[in-house]
Amino acid sequence: MGKRVLLIEDEPNIIEAISFILSRDGWSVSTHSNGHDAVDVVKESTPDLLILDVMLPGKSGFDILKELRETTSAETLPVLMLTARGQKADREMAERAGASRFMTKPFSNSEVLDAVRELVGS
Amino acid sequence: MATLNILVAVCLIYVTFLFVVAFAAERAAKQGHGGWLRSPLVYTLSLSIYCTAWTFYGAVGYAARSGLEYLTIYIGPSLVMVGWWWILRKLVRIGRSQRVTSIADLISSRYGKSNLLAVGVTLLAVIGTTPYIALQLQSVTLSFDVFSGSNEVAGSIVDRDSTALWVAMGLTLFTIVFGTRNLDVNERHHGVVIAIAVEAIVKLFALLAVGVFVVWGLGGGLSETLQRIDASEIGMWEMRGDRWASLIFLSAAAFLCLPRMFQVMVVENDHESYLRTASWAFPAYLMVMSLFVVPIAVLGLDILPEGSNPDLFVLTLPLATGREGLAMLSFLGGFSSATSMVIVASLALSTMVSNHIVMPIWLSATGGGAKISGDVRNVVILSRRLSIAAVVALGYLYFRLSGGGTALASIGLISFAGVAQFLPVLLGGIFWRGATRTGAFAGLSVGFLVWAFALLLPSFGSGVLISQSVMDNGLFGLAWLRPQAFFGIEGMDPLVHAVMWSISLNTLVFFVSSLVGFPSPLERLQGAQFVNVYEHSRRPQGWSGSAAQSEDLMIMAQRILGAREAQNLFEREAQRQGVSGYLPDPSPDFLQILERELSGSVGAATAHAMIGQIVGGASVSVRDLMAVADETAQMMEYSSKLEAKSEEQARTARQLRQANEKLTQLSVQKDAFLSQVSHELRTPMTSIRAFSEILRDSEKLSGQEKVKYSSIIHDEAIRLTRLLDDLLDLSVLENGQVNLNTQTGVLVDVLDHAISSALTGSSDTRLTVRRRKSHEVVHMTTDLDRLAQVFINLIGNAQKYCDADPAELTINASLSQGQMLVDFIDNGSGISKEDQAVIFEKFARVGEMKAGGAGLGLAICREIMARLGGSVSYLPGQGGAAFRVILPLAASKTTL
Amino acid sequence: MTEGHTPLFHERKSYRRRRLIDMIRMLPLIGAFLWAVPLLWPSGKDSATPTSLAIIYLFAVWLGMVLLGALLARLLKKAEDQDPDRGT
Repeated sequence: MGKRVLLIEDEPNIIEAISFILSRDGWSVSTHSNGHDAVDVVKESTPDLLILDVMLPGKSGFDILKELRETTSAETLPVLMLTARGQKADREMAERAGASRFMTKPFSNSEVLDAVRELVGS
Repeated sequence: MATLNILVAVCLIYVTFLFVVAFAAERAAKQGHGGWLRSPLVYTLSLSIYCTAWTFYGAVGYAARSGLEYLTIYIGPSLVMVGWWWILRKLVRIGRSQRVTSIADLISSRYGKSNLLAVGVTLLAVIGTTPYIALQLQSVTLSFDVFSGSNEVAGSIVDRDSTALWVAMGLTLFTIVFGTRNLDVNERHHGVVIAIAVEAIVKLFALLAVGVFVVWGLGGGLSETLQRIDASEIGMWEMRGDRWASLIFLSAAAFLCLPRMFQVMVVENDHESYLRTASWAFPAYLMVMSLFVVPIAVLGLDILPEGSNPDLFVLTLPLATGREGLAMLSFLGGFSSATSMVIVASLALSTMVSNHIVMPIWLSATGGGAKISGDVRNVVILSRRLSIAAVVALGYLYFRLSGGGTALASIGLISFAGVAQFLPVLLGGIFWRGATRTGAFAGLSVGFLVWAFALLLPSFGSGVLISQSVMDNGLFGLAWLRPQAFFGIEGMDPLVHAVMWSISLNTLVFFVSSLVGFPSPLERLQGAQFVNVYEHSRRPQGWSGSAAQSEDLMIMAQRILGAREAQNLFEREAQRQGVSGYLPDPSPDFLQILERELSGSVGAATAHAMIGQIVGGASVSVRDLMAVADETAQMMEYSSKLEAKSEEQARTARQLRQANEKLTQLSVQKDAFLSQVSHELRTPMTSIRAFSEILRDSEKLSGQEKVKYSSIIHDEAIRLTRLLDDLLDLSVLENGQVNLNTQTGVLVDVLDHAISSALTGSSDTRLTVRRRKSHEVVHMTTDLDRLAQVFINLIGNAQKYCDADPAELTINASLSQGQMLVDFIDNGSGISKEDQAVIFEKFARVGEMKAGGAGLGLAICREIMARLGGSVSYLPGQGGAAFRVILPLAASKTTL
Repeated sequence: MTEGHTPLFHERKSYRRRRLIDMIRMLPLIGAFLWAVPLLWPSGKDSATPTSLAIIYLFAVWLGMVLLGALLARLLKKAEDQDPDRGT
């Protein structure tokens, strides 16, 4: 398939886990781990899918997403949001910011794979 | 015959004795049992610096030349003292309530805290005092000469200039050591005051001894002596009324205006009630001092050979009659008169020069205000020391240049007339609300010009500084401007002429300029405070700067008052306002108190300017002006009641607002707490779940990968455990169920242990720790492990969050009131004021920083310190982030 | 007035104290006057006053000032200690 996924997340161990799972499934995974310049990185690398953590150093995932949705190039980019806080408020905020899918940590590997396939396939 | 060596030895022994006395007094005062140092008696004796060498030796010469006229010099001050209720009481009250540091400070403070005026007064005081210091040096060298003259062998060794130089250097040293030992807020010097009190006794005793010897030893008894007096060339009462009256006036004025008199009378005054005793005791001292002057003069004229210098009769009479011991005592009396004058005069002048000239220049050169760096106190002390040296050096220079000749002899009265020019401005300032700065400036300028032109310049002899043609024909050929015959009125005594014209023109110009001009709000406010000092010595002085930044003020105050002093002041004021922590609101009250504290160290004008720089904007509020305008006591009382009420309300509102803010923050934090716990638990769990699934589901993993992934699972499990440990620790601490493991140890060991665990536990060791281990030898009994835990946390925080490069952490340990204080101060950008309020809460992290911890560290620290009976708090205004750990030593001992 | 009026008692005391202060205020004026008296003495060559007399007079005034000043200061202290509403 060779579809490109960009993963923005700051916990090194979680990066390692998701990269492993997705690349085994045939994705090419690139990663980025801070919030400041996340928007620029997305614009430059134009991935097929973005996996975005909420708590990032420098800028929160919600803000990054809002900014992306305002630019034409990333208007329709599928985005999977990850959060460790799992409260209702977070889910609502994610929807408002324009997330395609929302997932609470910890998740099972198959869940991630399903979600990713679904988002890019559709 | 006494050899010169013995003389020098006696001088040295005497000076050493003074050092010891002063040192002992300082020590006693420091240890708190210095009550006896401050008594009406000591105060009275310290006033005796009025009697300088000029009066000790000179009075006899004066009497030998002009009969009883010398008494005027003592009668004037006696009248001022006896009439203490009129002027002195008010001066002392103002001096104490306004924290006045010198006469220049008083005048500048009264006239709207004008530094220009202070500079003017300071310069004039220096001009007026320098010749007087020279006179003291001359008297010491002359008395040395007398002894060496009586000893031919040693005489050749003596060199006048070097004697004066040695004396000047010795006095400079003494004044620097005891006058600038610490930058006292009250500007009081126990050591100096007690030393001059001792000197007062020495000179009185010496003069009395010589007098008794002369009357009963040489004169043959009281009635005999009186007869000899009547038979002498000064045997008839001949007094010019104009000189008699104007000299009494002049000495009274000088007594009030001399910088050194102001220093001992007002600045060093400890209690207003001392005046009551001094009001009669000091006239008594003066009376006794002048009692034997005429007999000594008359017998000197009788016994000693024609042409002997009558200024030295006090010394030469005992010498000529072979009383070596008495002569030595008399020499010591003269020596102490000279030294005490020079010490206090240079101390008073140096305060003025330093506060009004050096410090303003330094402050403006370095940007001033809150921007200054370093401890200003060191600069102030250094500038005081340099000023002392400069003042004494000026005196020495004057002595050298004037050649120590007769030009100096008349300088006493000239100097008096010079400083007397302050009188109209001083009295106008404390009795007349209409007196203005413009008036003061104009009056002082005119007075000093007339004094210089009519008295000072001609005193050097015509043709020296003022040409003969000006003397004869007047300035610019204008006949009415002749130095000794203004407006063509001839035949007046030059001194009377100069005093009359300078003081009356001074007063007139001061009065008229004040009437015509209009004072600034600050002048009116200060005027009301000075003139009505008894009614409202505690009225607000009027900063209305709510915009002032307390933290900036604290930074500035620390540099001037010293860190400990400033922190105590701020904490006390914050408590008084009902605000927790170290930063009180910059209310007008607080700013006024702060300004007074600062003015005790750097003078009113500078303190005012520095606070103005930080507070900015208008310094006098409408309310203050109304207070000035309100004349009736009823209105005053009414408005002050309203004021108190509205302040009370404002304080309550402030407390409520604070409480509300805290509650809101707490509720937000409670929500945040759960979500934080969730986040902190879920993050490691995510990794654990993902990798355990990978290990379970993948068959084609290499051995290396397996090891790697399982060790990730292992690490994250440990991270979870640690988080749960912290949570449990905190919960246990908060519930008070913790068992303390109390041990005895030394702070330095605990810190050693804490630093090594905090820094080696991490790969990132870029932090430099600065300590002063000598201060850390504090024995304590407490839970050392828990204490170390707190230290490790604070050091770890500095390591994680300090954003300076290179990062440094300074650890200061000190003891204060039975408490051990340990400050951890880094050089980073510190913590913002909003964050300071929450950093000790659970999961509170500054900004969006993510540095591995769960945000429980400081919350745990706070709980631990509370269990140990101490506290940990944020210390604002230190440059970087700063935390203070306080542990009571006494309390920790009782747990043993 | 009748007895038992303590306020009157206080008033009387502070009245005394104020008069005492008046006396203290007068003292320097008295001194200045007395010390000016010698200026009225004849001072020609023949009828002049001997210096010894002048000394005795001037010092007597001085001693008088000191003693009176000490006495007044003592009385004032006593009055202030007793008077509860001491003002300025």
